[in-house]
Amino acid sequence: MSELLRCEELTKQYGKTTALNGVTFTLESGKIVGLLGPNGSGKTTLIKILNGLLTPTTGAIYIEGEKPGPSTKAKVAYLPDNVYLNTWMTVEQIVAYFADFYADFSMERAYEMLARLGISPKQKLKTLSKGNKEKVCLILVMSRQAKLYVLDEPIAGVDPAARDYVISTIINNYNPEATVLISTHLISDIEQVLDEVLFIRDGHLLLKKSVEDIRAEEGKSVDELFREVFRW
Amino acid sequence: MRQLDKNRPVCPQICELLCVDIVGGVYDAERRLPAVRELAAGWGVNPNTVQKALDTLEEQGLLYSVRGSGWYVQEDISRAREVLHDLRLEKTREYFAVMESLGLSAEETREFVKEWYYE
Repeated sequence: MSELLRCEELTKQYGKTTALNGVTFTLESGKIVGLLGPNGSGKTTLIKILNGLLTPTTGAIYIEGEKPGPSTKAKVAYLPDNVYLNTWMTVEQIVAYFADFYADFSMERAYEMLARLGISPKQKLKTLSKGNKEKVCLILVMSRQAKLYVLDEPIAGVDPAARDYVISTIINNYNPEATVLISTHLISDIEQVLDEVLFIRDGHLLLKKSVEDIRAEEGKSVDELFREVFRW
Repeated sequence: MRQLDKNRPVCPQICELLCVDIVGGVYDAERRLPAVRELAAGWGVNPNTVQKALDTLEEQGLLYSVRGSGWYVQEDISRAREVLHDLRLEKTREYFAVMESLGLSAEETREFVKEWYYE
């Protein structure tokens, strides 16, 4: 397993507010990693830097040795934390749009997942419920053959049954070349599929650890450990 | 989806489940296991963890892998029976130890289980 992502002393300041403070870590390929932290801890800032939507104040981030830019965007499939699609389009149109845009996009996979989740390709996005819109966004991301999947709160808005489907989609999509980085606070739903977790608080990386080690050494679930570490 | 204990490492739990299925003859016909990803999705766990469990069972002589084809159960399952037996012994010992700490001797625990079972 090779190094896929490297953060070096990453710091991001918004005016006087420090959102990320000297975050350093590496991720290998072939892992499913949870990015966990309370609201406002810096998860989304980290993800946005990773996708080139923000630039770090100091420090750097490398994806397969490259700084975020057009060539890394071809390798990173990103699910933002809000719906960003043109809502006047139909599901079918959006799928075609993505297939045009990304060389690694599989239409077949997209239609298969849409069918499984019972979403009609003819429907306009604006007629879909919030949860179904989120499912469409996730399907678009997971239909790519990317090196790194970055999912910002992928299961927050969907019902528990669809949540199980989302999780099994992530597992079925598993590929030893690719890594999935999932930011969430719904830890207990997802912890069994994670290899590693990153805990962040107030812009600091508190912990990076294998979840099997957490269970073996602490004798507790990631959810419990999280509640302990981030107790008010 | 069988529920796993979230407070215990997943890998040994997967080993236990596979061991039971092997002895139970679940993979009888061609003795071939489903793909790692399928197993992982079935239990809702990480594929790397399933892979680790399969490697462990290979080391213990329960399974063997064929390059490009997948995982197979050893024809002779006596090793699997032994491993499962050891697991059961371990759990039983743990249980008796817990009951002892709750004030029951081994003999009393036996009676207790019997009574509970036939109730």
